[in-house]
Amino acid sequence: MNWLFQKNPQTSHYHQRKGSIFQRLHIDLTLLILLALLSSIGILILMSAGHENMGLLNRQATRLGVAFIAMFIVAQVPPHVLKMFAPWLFFLGSLLLLGVLFMGDMGKGAQRWLDLGFFRFQPSELLKLATPMMVAWYLAERRLPPSHKHIALATVFIAIPTVLIAKQPDLGTSILIASSGLTVLFLAGISWKIIAWVIAAGASLAPVLWSFMKDYQKQRVLTFLSPEEDPLGAGYHIIQSKIAIGSGGVYGKGWMHGSQARLEFLPESSTDFIFAVFSEEFGLVGCIALLSIYLLIFIRSIYMAIQAQDTFSRLLAGSLSLTFFIYLFVNVGMVTGILPVVGVPLPLVSYGGTSMVTLLIGFGILMSIHTHRKLLSS
Amino acid sequence: MKTHFDLKSSLQENRLFLVRATTLIIFVLILFFALIARLTYLQIETHEKYANLAQNNRVKLSVVSPVRGLIFDTHGRVLAENNPSYSLELVPEQVQDIAKTIKQLSALLPITDEEKRLFEKRRKQNKRFASVPLRNRLSDTEVAIFSANRHLFPGVDIQARPLRHYPFPELTSHVVGYVGAINEKELKTINQVNYRGSRFIGKTGIERTYETELHGYVGYQQTENTAQGRSLKVLSYTPPLSGSNLTLHLDIDLQKIAYDALGDYTGSVVAIDTRTGAVRALVSKPGFNANLFAKGIDQTSYNQLKNSSKRPLFNRSLRGQYPPGSTLKPFIGLAGLDYNAIHPHQKIYCPGFYQLPKQSHKYRDWKKTGHGMTTLHDSIVQSCDVYYYVLAHELEVDRMHHFLHKFGFGQKTGIDILGERPGLLPSREWKKRTRNQVWYPGETLIAGIGQGFNLTTPLQLAHATAILANKGSAHTPSLVANINNKTQPLTKTIPVQLNKPQHWNLIIDAMYDVVNGARGTARKIKEGAPYKIAGKTGTAQVFTIKQDEEYDEDSVVEHLKDHALFIAFAPTKNPQLAVAVIVENGGHGGSVAAPIARAVFDQYMTPAP
Repeated sequence: MNWLFQKNPQTSHYHQRKGSIFQRLHIDLTLLILLALLSSIGILILMSAGHENMGLLNRQATRLGVAFIAMFIVAQVPPHVLKMFAPWLFFLGSLLLLGVLFMGDMGKGAQRWLDLGFFRFQPSELLKLATPMMVAWYLAERRLPPSHKHIALATVFIAIPTVLIAKQPDLGTSILIASSGLTVLFLAGISWKIIAWVIAAGASLAPVLWSFMKDYQKQRVLTFLSPEEDPLGAGYHIIQSKIAIGSGGVYGKGWMHGSQARLEFLPESSTDFIFAVFSEEFGLVGCIALLSIYLLIFIRSIYMAIQAQDTFSRLLAGSLSLTFFIYLFVNVGMVTGILPVVGVPLPLVSYGGTSMVTLLIGFGILMSIHTHRKLLSS
Repeated sequence: MKTHFDLKSSLQENRLFLVRATTLIIFVLILFFALIARLTYLQIETHEKYANLAQNNRVKLSVVSPVRGLIFDTHGRVLAENNPSYSLELVPEQVQDIAKTIKQLSALLPITDEEKRLFEKRRKQNKRFASVPLRNRLSDTEVAIFSANRHLFPGVDIQARPLRHYPFPELTSHVVGYVGAINEKELKTINQVNYRGSRFIGKTGIERTYETELHGYVGYQQTENTAQGRSLKVLSYTPPLSGSNLTLHLDIDLQKIAYDALGDYTGSVVAIDTRTGAVRALVSKPGFNANLFAKGIDQTSYNQLKNSSKRPLFNRSLRGQYPPGSTLKPFIGLAGLDYNAIHPHQKIYCPGFYQLPKQSHKYRDWKKTGHGMTTLHDSIVQSCDVYYYVLAHELEVDRMHHFLHKFGFGQKTGIDILGERPGLLPSREWKKRTRNQVWYPGETLIAGIGQGFNLTTPLQLAHATAILANKGSAHTPSLVANINNKTQPLTKTIPVQLNKPQHWNLIIDAMYDVVNGARGTARKIKEGAPYKIAGKTGTAQVFTIKQDEEYDEDSVVEHLKDHALFIAFAPTKNPQLAVAVIVENGGHGGSVAAPIARAVFDQYMTPAP
């Protein structure tokens, strides 16, 4: 895929300009522009979805500000320092998860928050980053592709947060964390034979997983399989969101003119189901444009991963890139009715704070990896 | 493991990573195009369909609640039915300013602060598109007033909802039970889909135990509505599945006779058909007006019921645990015979008290002067305590426990209604386990006369009496005879087998003489009965009399008076009905409890004219 960027004169120039201002600030301009564009679109949709609620917009803008600042700060930390902290962060995160499980605050019937007195904190957010860091840290020290023993241990590292978070219960986050860890394993080069075996085992273990799910999680899956079973309850979300998207057509109804969202037929329109509002107002054309921005961010990120100079950075960057896109896919998949409703927000667009900060810190790590390279003139 | 720089493997790693990263990119592109394909399908292929739906997202889905099953007594008289009731309801999603709307509504119809508070509470529990009641039980005039002004209140409407009604609210308040608003705890356990349109759920008695059968299954209706939410036409309709009708074994006439016979006393009467285990009467007095609960009881009335010293909400027939007193003697006597601890004609001298060897404590007989030389037969007829002190001492507690257990003492009978208590049948092992204490010989003696640790429920007593009447074989007590005309199976209990079956007759003869003998403790009730009753009186101490004190009936405060008990079955040959009566603080079993049983037998044995 290198050709894609080498042919692009702008990016190649950028790399030759060694001490450029952005380089010294440890910022990747391309990524920054794409992220800023996405966040701006997010604010616009939120204006419509949130019924021009200024308080809502202010809060979202503030969070975005905080998240971008966090990204800049993290970008200053060189990758080898991140690597050093990886196991400690993971250890700390897992301890906090246990803490949440035993004395967490019940919010919306699920234990996710840890009340630290001055602020409430979701340890699962920390693990979204700490898990791929941990696996990357562990595998980076070994010869790749990893041996069976190393794969087994890495799997344990992935399983700990996945299980603990699934118990909270937060199926969406637990899936994202598992996929971020597994991506590291995949990038590290585990053989296709093992991958095939795991898929086969997974398929046969599905009934076991089913028995561990909470009733409401089962309900979601069942509703996904046949929304008409419960058209007024869990199925209501999907039915209404499909109406909103479908009625948008090719060009959409125009900004602030989506009747479904405005008439409040669509539930959770400013959080998990915000994509339906966007689709209704901007149509297929808008959707393709929006999804393309996500795709570009992914491609830019994975390019940075390929360019990375050490194994830890490479594995981590690759995992962060994919997780970002998986985020998008799960959200849009559930809103359009091809995936069950698991409660994953639309990255950088949905209203809500913590996940946004985590995502941008992830991009901060990517920028750090990319801008701390020792540039050897080729 | 320290990494050493190895150019060759590093290059290999680079290549491997590149391949894997490329795979990821291809994977992501596939996901990307899958999403685009899905969006294209929704926004182009099916655009028209969804555009139409959105255009009049007036196609409204609403639930059609199933009709709750009716409950009948054994003769087909209705014990629980559904009456229409009108309520004023509000759909939060369709109302612009809820506070303002409520204010305007209160100008038309009286709405109390309590109702407003309840409305707010329910509104928070429900989804925005769910209809929430603001006022229940509108009068016809109120319905008319609102209907005339309906156009002023979009999102507010009158709903006709069936309301549970109990024609015999006090008689059946415990056995049939009642329905009430679904609370938060129940909300977590019920099937959310099925209860989407239901606001009531069985709380006690049959209503709770047979909730699944009575509730039925929810249906749906798709209607096309105007923008204001008024429905224009029904597009599709999935009918609900009505709840099943239940027919009980209960005989409401018998229930009433028993209830009334208790008079002003609190207590319980249980009547079981000995041939089938069918529960014909299950009375706990006082009852209460179950309709109050079905309508949604207000706090004041509820507190009144809850704090009443007579405890009307307490189901004595299943949950009241009383010392069985002397009603336990026929069973202990039978145990004595079966374990060969006594001979049927062996005489024991009763001087009016009993002392354990080497102890000074006097275990008193209720008759101060004593009964003199007493046989087993006499001991039951005259209810001699000393005889049972001796017998209990001989049997010891564990053998009594083992024998009485077969008659269902100390365990739930398994009746098909929730909330039953097991009573208590003590044993050495029980005392060690629960109190970590050894068993004292004195405790055996008082257990022998049904006092001490022994506790039974009225239902247990009736059940044990039925087993005795049938000489060992019986059925598990049951209330529901059939569900939607489908007869419910009867379950046989494990038969009690004696080493010598003729021992049954010795005990039954003695119980016959309790009522029909010249010196029987319940001889008063034989007068004029065209059938023969066999029974046993009992008096259960509520508090312990000190060693040198005398129990003076007149000076004891009402709530510390003895409980009066009576167990009986009739006819003595070929029994049909077993009855247990407990009259709280009633005094003597023979004079207070036995006549109640007689009234019940009279009603049951005399064919309706």
